[in-house]
Amino acid sequence: MTDAVAHPTPHSGSLLRQDERTRRRNNAERRFRLYGQVAIGIAIMALVILLTSVLGNGLSAFRQTFISMPVTLDAAVLDKKGNRDPADLKKVTTIGYSKLLVNSLTQVIEEEGIVVEGLASSDIKDMISDEAAAQVRDRVLGNPDLIGQTVDLKVLANGRIDGYLKGRVSMESAERDSNVSVNQLRLTESLVERGIIGKSFNWGFLTAADASELRPEAAGLGVAILGSAYMMIVVLVLSLPIGVAASIYLEEFAPKNRWTDLIEVNISNLAAVPSIVFGILGLAIFINFAGLPQSAPIVGGLVLTLMTLPTIIITTRAAIKAVPPSIRDAALGIGASKMQTVFHHVLPLAMPGILTGAIIGLAQALGETAPLLLIGMVAFVRDFPAAPPEGLFDPAAALPVQVYNWTQRADPAFVERASGAIIVLLVFLLVMNTAAILLRRRFERRW
Amino acid sequence: MPLPATLFCGLDISMSIGLLLAIILGLAAVGYVIGIRRAKDRAGGDTRRLHSLAGYHGQSVLLFTAVPALLVVGAWLLLQPVVIEARVSGMIAESDVPQGSSLDLVMSDVRRVADGLNAIAANEQLTEDEIAAMGADLGGLRSRLGNAGVALASDVQPSVFEASRTYRQMNNTGLTALSISAILVALAGLVFSASRIQAEFRARNVSESFVKLLFIGSSFVAVLTTFGIIASLVVESVHFFQLYPIKDFLFSLTWNPQFRGGSDLGIWPLLWGTLYVSFVALLFAVPVGLLSAIYLSEYASKRVRSVVKPAIEILAGIPTIVYGLFALITVGPFLRDYFAQPLGLGTSSSSVLTAGLVMGIMLIPFVSSLSDDIINAVPQAMRDGSFGLGATHSETVRQVILPAALPGIVGAILLAASRAIGETMIVVMGAGAAAKLSLNPLEAMTTITVKIVSQLTGDTEFASPETLVAFALGMMLFIFTLGLNVIALYVVRKYREQYE
Repeated sequence: MTDAVAHPTPHSGSLLRQDERTRRRNNAERRFRLYGQVAIGIAIMALVILLTSVLGNGLSAFRQTFISMPVTLDAAVLDKKGNRDPADLKKVTTIGYSKLLVNSLTQVIEEEGIVVEGLASSDIKDMISDEAAAQVRDRVLGNPDLIGQTVDLKVLANGRIDGYLKGRVSMESAERDSNVSVNQLRLTESLVERGIIGKSFNWGFLTAADASELRPEAAGLGVAILGSAYMMIVVLVLSLPIGVAASIYLEEFAPKNRWTDLIEVNISNLAAVPSIVFGILGLAIFINFAGLPQSAPIVGGLVLTLMTLPTIIITTRAAIKAVPPSIRDAALGIGASKMQTVFHHVLPLAMPGILTGAIIGLAQALGETAPLLLIGMVAFVRDFPAAPPEGLFDPAAALPVQVYNWTQRADPAFVERASGAIIVLLVFLLVMNTAAILLRRRFERRW
Repeated sequence: MPLPATLFCGLDISMSIGLLLAIILGLAAVGYVIGIRRAKDRAGGDTRRLHSLAGYHGQSVLLFTAVPALLVVGAWLLLQPVVIEARVSGMIAESDVPQGSSLDLVMSDVRRVADGLNAIAANEQLTEDEIAAMGADLGGLRSRLGNAGVALASDVQPSVFEASRTYRQMNNTGLTALSISAILVALAGLVFSASRIQAEFRARNVSESFVKLLFIGSSFVAVLTTFGIIASLVVESVHFFQLYPIKDFLFSLTWNPQFRGGSDLGIWPLLWGTLYVSFVALLFAVPVGLLSAIYLSEYASKRVRSVVKPAIEILAGIPTIVYGLFALITVGPFLRDYFAQPLGLGTSSSSVLTAGLVMGIMLIPFVSSLSDDIINAVPQAMRDGSFGLGATHSETVRQVILPAALPGIVGAILLAASRAIGETMIVVMGAGAAAKLSLNPLEAMTTITVKIVSQLTGDTEFASPETLVAFALGMMLFIFTLGLNVIALYVVRKYREQYE
């Protein structure tokens, strides 16, 4: 209208030719659309960069460098008394096994006729991971018949050698690195040519326990996956019944009064409380007050339960609300009690929605890190927890916390491990979310 | 981090508790069968004479057997450590606490010695008298404890040894007493409810009321959680303010914790870092989120929408640790190499901008899906009116829809801000740990959540202000986010009512 005042005389000319003002307005329109497209482009690009960066860094963690060679498990070293007594076998430490491995590798190098100038014997020793000796020892103790035989073994190579094959370590960086020498890398090259050193799928990454700061090549996610699984069991067992019970009460039975309002406000506010505050709650109540052990999956599970409860209650209430009132009326009309109506009709019909909500809540809990840091899950844990229920009280790690743990270590090899752990985490989340979507597609009914 | 002190006794508890739970549930199952049998008996084999179906009789017996007993177990486990702690710490005289130590430290020694005694007793099959006799040779005890995996810095004091023995005995008797009383409660419930069974007994009504009570109890869990959060924050914050003046906490401009006392624990540098990072995050997330919401709801074809919307929502499902890692290994080094160092503004890969940008990405789906809902809630009549007056699409959006949706969008931004303030992992891995008051976005700064994590992880001693400050910080965080949420929800609700 103001424009009409500003332009008292309508312009004359063809309607088919745009005048200056129309062009301006159309340009503004186009620009505005472009802003929207750019915004979406930025969002999608962020997603793509995020995923490619994690995948690019982490995929290599699933392949690991191994040295394959025949190892003579010399009875004179491993079983001096020759009686295969387990107590005596245990007296041989990893140092003894380490010597065997070094001897075998030296022999292989000689047989292949590889000559690297200035190669010290300690260089050969450092080609093999310190963890390899322990692994061979465990294998021999588990199967003493191996002693005296010559077995083809695939032993872990040192983390730096692994890094060289993956492009993380180069000749230039090796010159500055006290943990690896250029000679070792030359030796590696000739061994790779002969197929003695090579990469293969790294099962240990998924099954082994965490390893110390100096042995990134041996670090695995076994304890973390188990710990996360234990926590998810606790969360599922506690939050699903409690959440469903609370939602049924609020949706079907609760009178409209101040108490109910208080509970509802409470739940919606709890959903917005920062997760780290739940960690403080866990530390103060479960660990300091109730005396539960630190680092235990039971405490993590309890904290995550309290955290996911609001999510589960909110989705469950939505699912219950979506069941049409006519179903309840019909059940009540033929004489069912309120409770029978709920258990025989409303709940079964709402079940797909409830399960979807529960899975999404679990997925959220699985990725949660901050509260677990406060209840001691950052501790370095090498021992697998026992089977539940006792195992729930054993110290364990958790997947997301393991990622955090590895990023805090100095060796860049752990960055690869951390990204690999993220991939494992994302795969779990993907599976859970796909299950939720399928469940919804398959069973959800619209009235 | 040392092995947690309560580890071994936790193991013991768990083993016998697992058994106890199995017994209670077994009794409940037995009760269920007894209830059904008895009801049929009372009806003389003709179930039509029963008021309730036989299953409801069984159900009521089951509930009366299991639930009270389980409640007893839960309450007992929660209270037992508190009672025992109070009794045992009374045994340690003021004079037994060494110089420079505190009662808390002595008590943790007591717990560890008790764990060690447990381990020794389990390994060597010792009787109580033999354990009591170990008190005569305290030097030898230390080495034996060391063998059992409990390393001590010095010889065990006689009073500590006595306290540990009492602690251990009380724990053991406590557990036995718990098992006995829980089983008695279960049996009493079983007998009581089974004896009530008559043909006309209203078992369905009874068990339904019982189930309803359980429902009510479950809905209180949320209230209890809030209560627990507030209680733990307030109690420990009060502890903190007894050790450190509240005035300094709220008004001091330096944050400099020292492990030997004399720390400066002013909240301002942390608050500044928090607000700065959140501001950067919102500066990125709000335009991107809002514009993509507008495009998706006003311009995009159905096909584009059905692809792009879920893609953006994937961002919301990614755990924050992934964003943290992204900040640490990709965004941080990139900003350092291409912006901070060439411009001479900083050399650290963790910075406000790193954390802010990554947090912004995390908030995009949050802002966009909330704004999407709000824009869709604007009535179609307003759009039609605007088009009818000859406005272009963008003019309609800017001059009609956005003003109408503004309160809702403000609410969405406030919710996003509350998210940003409470976010932990991204700032822990991306923002750095240096508490600074600076304007340079390429410098490392720290936030409230980062400091909560760093003060509460690792070796923590609960009596020092350096640890307790985390609870005061947690309280500030709780108050901030709660306040923002309450305001945001109020604004959003008020706005929704306008068009309904």
